[in-house]
Amino acid sequence: MAATKKDRLFLMALLAPTILIMLVVVAYPFFENVRISLSNMNIYHIRDWEVIGFQQYAAVFAEPRFWNILMKTFLWTGVNIVFHVTLGVFLAVILHQNFVVGKPAWRILLILPWALPQYITALTWRGMFNYEYGAINRVLTRYLNLPAVEWLTSPFEAFLAVILTNIWLGFPFMMVVALGALQSVPSELYEAAEVDGASKWSQFWNVTVPLLKPAMIPAITLGMIWTFNNINVVWLVSNGGEPNDQTHILVSFVYEAAFSMYRFGWAAALSMVIFVILFTFTQIFLNRTKATESVY
Amino acid sequence: MKGLFGKIGTYLVLAFFAFLSIYPVMRIITISLRPGDQLLSTSLAFIPEGASLDNYRELLFETGFLQWMGNSFFVSLVVTITGVALASTAGYALSRYRFRGKKSILSGLLITQMFPATMLLLPMYVMLINLQLLNTFLGIIVIYTATALPFCVWQMKGYYDTIPVALEEAAQIDGCSPWQAFYQVIFPLAAPALVITALFSFMTAWNEYVVANVVLQDSEMFTLPLGLKLFQSTLTTQWGLYAAGSLLVSIPVVALFLMLSRYLISGLTLGAVKG
Repeated sequence: MAATKKDRLFLMALLAPTILIMLVVVAYPFFENVRISLSNMNIYHIRDWEVIGFQQYAAVFAEPRFWNILMKTFLWTGVNIVFHVTLGVFLAVILHQNFVVGKPAWRILLILPWALPQYITALTWRGMFNYEYGAINRVLTRYLNLPAVEWLTSPFEAFLAVILTNIWLGFPFMMVVALGALQSVPSELYEAAEVDGASKWSQFWNVTVPLLKPAMIPAITLGMIWTFNNINVVWLVSNGGEPNDQTHILVSFVYEAAFSMYRFGWAAALSMVIFVILFTFTQIFLNRTKATESVY
Repeated sequence: MKGLFGKIGTYLVLAFFAFLSIYPVMRIITISLRPGDQLLSTSLAFIPEGASLDNYRELLFETGFLQWMGNSFFVSLVVTITGVALASTAGYALSRYRFRGKKSILSGLLITQMFPATMLLLPMYVMLINLQLLNTFLGIIVIYTATALPFCVWQMKGYYDTIPVALEEAAQIDGCSPWQAFYQVIFPLAAPALVITALFSFMTAWNEYVVANVVLQDSEMFTLPLGLKLFQSTLTTQWGLYAAGSLLVSIPVVALFLMLSRYLISGLTLGAVKG
């Protein structure tokens, strides 16, 4: 419907409350954040801060750890998404086979990590990674005869622990999206492929994958955004970047700068940088995938 | 591949991943049942020796758990009601009418999903300090509502798109005002999407840790995530309380989620593809 004059008032009434809330709680703080990012606000200047220009941005890029953590954030996002998508699609294809008995029950079991509140998952895995009492080291030493791992106290292992937790947490989402998409794939396509003598593997690549793409691309885009900005898991599993601030991704790094060290201006500038990176990245990704789609 | 080996392999893979999925939950159950003298046990037995419900009793009667649960419930309920009211009306407008600025509103809502946690939280925090509103529920409710809203609006819009416009045109010919046509005809038809929107708003508030950690400072005001984290950080003494609390919090959430997960996904993909 095009809005006629008569409808205008009604339309306004429907939209106004949401727009108002979004302006007050999202747009205003967004521009305020831009202003803070240009200011000298920190713990000594909370009320009497002033705009000083782009110094905070310069400070962000001059921070030696910034580049390191940026790379780590990309690594974190990439590794997570690759595992989420491959595990998710793999399990969906396995579960989708005709002969599998008890599909609803399997699905419920496999969705469980997604259904649990994220902070409980994160804190529980932190407990399981405990050196002495954690279940993971117990299993390693008792059943696999491997040495115990210092999961939370050495930087590499701690980062690995955070990634493992997040992989566990994220595959069900991709699996469910893939399952939904698989249900709409007509089985004749596979029958035709079989008649043509296509192997299982080539059926997967030539029939399943192209048909999954339309559902998976938006899910992957969302998944990348969520993962890139997933402060919960990183913050809770590593207990705020332990050991020695070595397990941060950008968003947890900036959270700490703002709310533990009160470097407000600097944190606001870094927030802007994160946003711009993520925004550019998603635009490129969406354009790329759309471009390949139209080739089909 | 379709032979016996293929089938056995399939079930083995499913069983392996199902085990991985439930194992952490089994650990929580075990730890919550451990009697006080075995809290720090290295045993991997599922039912611990001398299992008892002491942790649950202590949790309910000797800690702030019930208070936190009340706080969380109050905050989540208000967020849910506001979220559903706002998303159902705004989503309707965005689905049914063409007007200038509609595209900007829709893409603006999507862009908010790319904001890092600190982007809005930091100015809000400074604002709350200046207004002396830090440590109040009002502050946190407003932030949660705005966080949940973009997704909810998209969700509702996607669902309304699937309801034929002919329905309210017919209602209007029968003499309904636009509002009546929306409220009496379309709104009830959108019930499945409303349920998902409600669930999503509720979960946003019920499960949130990072914002709460900044805004709520007094343990009287804590929501569940802050309270449970409190137990977990003193691992040596309160591991059992944490486990018992986690179970009590998770069971209703998981049950709800599993009941509704099918709709959640159809809504998710629908909204995304139709966008």
